[in-house]
Amino acid sequence: MKTLRDVAIGETAKVVKIHGTGAVKRRIMDMGITKGVEVYVRKEAPLGDPLELTVRGYELSLRKADAEMIEVA
Amino acid sequence: MADSKITIALAGNPNSGKTTLFNSLTGSNQFVGNWPGVTVEKKEGKLKGNKDVLIEDLPGIYSLSPYTSEEVVSRNFLVDENPDAILNIVDSTNLERNLYLTTQLLELGIPTVIALNMTDLVEKSGDNIDTKKLSERLGVQMAEISALKGTGIDEASKLAVNAAQSKKAPKPAVFSKDVEDALREIEGLLVNVPEHLKRWYAVKLFERDQKLPENIAAYASQAEAIITKIETAHDDDSESIITNERYEYIASVLNGCYGKKKAGELSTSDKIDQIVTNRWLALPIFAAVMWLVYYISVTTIGTFVTDWTNDGLFGDGYYLFGNGRAEYTEAMNEYYTENVWTDEVKANVDKAVEAGITGADDIQAAIADGDYEAFDEAYGFYGSELDEKENGVYSISDTVDTALAEDAPLPANEDYGKWVPGIPVLVENLLDGMGVNDFIKSLVLDGIVAGVGAVLGFVPQMFVLFAFLAFLEACGYMARVAFVMDRIFRRFGLSGKSFIPVLIGTGCGVPGVMASRTIENERDRRMTVMTTTFIPCGAKLPIIALIASALFRKASWVAPSAYFLGMAAIIISGIILKKTKMFAGEPAPFVMELPAYHWPTLTNILRSMWERGWSFIKKAGSIILLSSIVIWLGSTFGWTDGSFGWNPDLELESSVLGAIGNAVKWIFAPLGFAEIKATIATVMGLVAKEEVVGVFGVLDFEGLSKLAGYSFLAFNLLCAPCFAAIGAIRREMNSAKWTWFAIGWQCLLAYIAAFIIYQLGSLFTGTGNIIGGILAIALCALIIWLMVRPYNESQTAKA
Repeated sequence: MKTLRDVAIGETAKVVKIHGTGAVKRRIMDMGITKGVEVYVRKEAPLGDPLELTVRGYELSLRKADAEMIEVA
Repeated sequence: MADSKITIALAGNPNSGKTTLFNSLTGSNQFVGNWPGVTVEKKEGKLKGNKDVLIEDLPGIYSLSPYTSEEVVSRNFLVDENPDAILNIVDSTNLERNLYLTTQLLELGIPTVIALNMTDLVEKSGDNIDTKKLSERLGVQMAEISALKGTGIDEASKLAVNAAQSKKAPKPAVFSKDVEDALREIEGLLVNVPEHLKRWYAVKLFERDQKLPENIAAYASQAEAIITKIETAHDDDSESIITNERYEYIASVLNGCYGKKKAGELSTSDKIDQIVTNRWLALPIFAAVMWLVYYISVTTIGTFVTDWTNDGLFGDGYYLFGNGRAEYTEAMNEYYTENVWTDEVKANVDKAVEAGITGADDIQAAIADGDYEAFDEAYGFYGSELDEKENGVYSISDTVDTALAEDAPLPANEDYGKWVPGIPVLVENLLDGMGVNDFIKSLVLDGIVAGVGAVLGFVPQMFVLFAFLAFLEACGYMARVAFVMDRIFRRFGLSGKSFIPVLIGTGCGVPGVMASRTIENERDRRMTVMTTTFIPCGAKLPIIALIASALFRKASWVAPSAYFLGMAAIIISGIILKKTKMFAGEPAPFVMELPAYHWPTLTNILRSMWERGWSFIKKAGSIILLSSIVIWLGSTFGWTDGSFGWNPDLELESSVLGAIGNAVKWIFAPLGFAEIKATIATVMGLVAKEEVVGVFGVLDFEGLSKLAGYSFLAFNLLCAPCFAAIGAIRREMNSAKWTWFAIGWQCLLAYIAAFIIYQLGSLFTGTGNIIGGILAIALCALIIWLMVRPYNESQTAKA
């Protein structure tokens, strides 16, 4: 399974499914990462984590551990 | 404010311009408080020009999920209080995600109006929004506004008031057919539910929301079959199905009325971000910004204004605009050179230095520099030390006291410039004029004025600091701080933004604790509030200096070790507490928006600064005032020559406070300092940490071993902070239970740390007892176990 964590910096990926449950999943989806949306991985933080993404036209930061819950194509 | 006829709830995403809109809607007509039981700020205000309309500012939220306290507070308000209308502010530069909240608001059956913010920016960037078409499709009236420039706001408020009067419920978002059918089926189950809330509850039941009222939750089992069917068809859980459906509905609504130019070129904000969060530059920039904030608010302006408040306004007095200060200092230096620093004094000080008596070198240096202020400080601190040694061979107090009491009068402040007497002086004069008795005079001066003065001394630097924080928050940098620092701090159960409170805490714990307000996550915020005061603040420095000079001959390792102790306490607390039940609860996802950089408005910054500062003065002020009076009573009531009564010149040991200290001093026996003075000093430290030095002078260390002294230092650095900081903790926790938990934890940790230091130390130096040593080792083992024990980490906390 390819997840958002595996997407190289500067690449764009299309979300297939969000795994996990509860608050974290809901929060990720509330922020607009839903099935079918395109996510651009802009950069990682200077210390290597979290990631900065562009989704639905705005910037979002997400920990790599959470990015693993997002299955991409 | 129940007299208002119309209530309008203002709802919107964080960073959507909601605060600015609220400020322009209400002007200065605001009331700031807290939502009950949570640390979420509650603001309401009357609409400018229409006193009948109350605007309730909901917290900035992305959703109405049951998972964060901000969101729960908002939905409870909307459902239970049933406001007459919702004014939903939508950031048009971020339309899709902003409308996501809108789709949830529309389900509540409350008349809703949208204020479309920043449409001017959208046009500038070459995108376009067909507002009319969008308004028709959503079935909601819209006003284009610019909260920043103040345009369109009247129209928005007019639309909202009209909507409130029309009482027309909006049409909710439309989902795909099978989901709609399922929702209608669930709606059909609901009886005795207000008509306008049926859609809302049906959706919440479908999502298996855990925060529903009992009468609604009762339908959950009946709805289960309907939900499962849809879940199987969509191969997803019901909550996610609804979220997906919402975003799909938004896409369908926007299709054809929102044209986005293909993104390609970088915006100004992106260009700033390329530098600010750059792999190599981010940390140096962060360090520079933090240094600047700290330097200006704590070191320069802060110290200057705080000194003026403490020594001038709440001291003897001050020179207007500083005119005359230099001349007066010079005159005083001359006076001291002539009258105080006689050859006899100098000779005795020199002898004392040779004999290596603590503090003598400070006095000697002050005389050599001809600096009367430094001399007064050093003499006040160590003077008695010289007197006691060797039967007064080095004594200088006789000469100094005679010199100061001589016929040659001290230079008078008034002669060197426009001298403004301090408040205590003015109050004393006033009370003398009124002819009140000594008891009242002492109560007012030593109890109330001194207590209030202690609080107000912090206020100026807090205001400076809050202005900086408001700027960093509003311009978007604060989110980057969290982004850059998250990796380090989350290991200790703290947020990336916890760095700021801790840094500020090295100056003063009060603004440090209050700086935690910028942390959105309630759990991280509580943890930060609990641990910030472990770091030695400015007022703890005299204690460190006292121990270092009295017991360790000013060894250079003492001060750094105090900071190390503070950092260790923060880290150990963080790691242990994040594994406890109190902090477990819901996992804290770090899914954070990085808003576009922009210049904040001056009014917003000043308003935010004022609100935070004022709320501290009010809340913390009352606690400090009360506690100062209690401590004052305890220290001035006592036994003089066997009879109990009030005596302002009472020795601390014979006061009520002293009696209490004597009764409880055994508590500190395992820490090595079961002394009445040490106990009183610790209690007095609650008023202000520098009081410890006042009570527990240099002399009192004669009987203490180095180890006991260090144990005393460790305990006083880590235990409950001063009343001002406790007031701030109370203010930020917004809960008595959490405040007591924080203070309890701090005292417990302080006790354990001091215990381990003393007992293990004694063991190594061969004076300890076996039981104490074993206990200390056991405690060490327990702490290590609590830190490394596995626990069910949330998905976010791993890695």
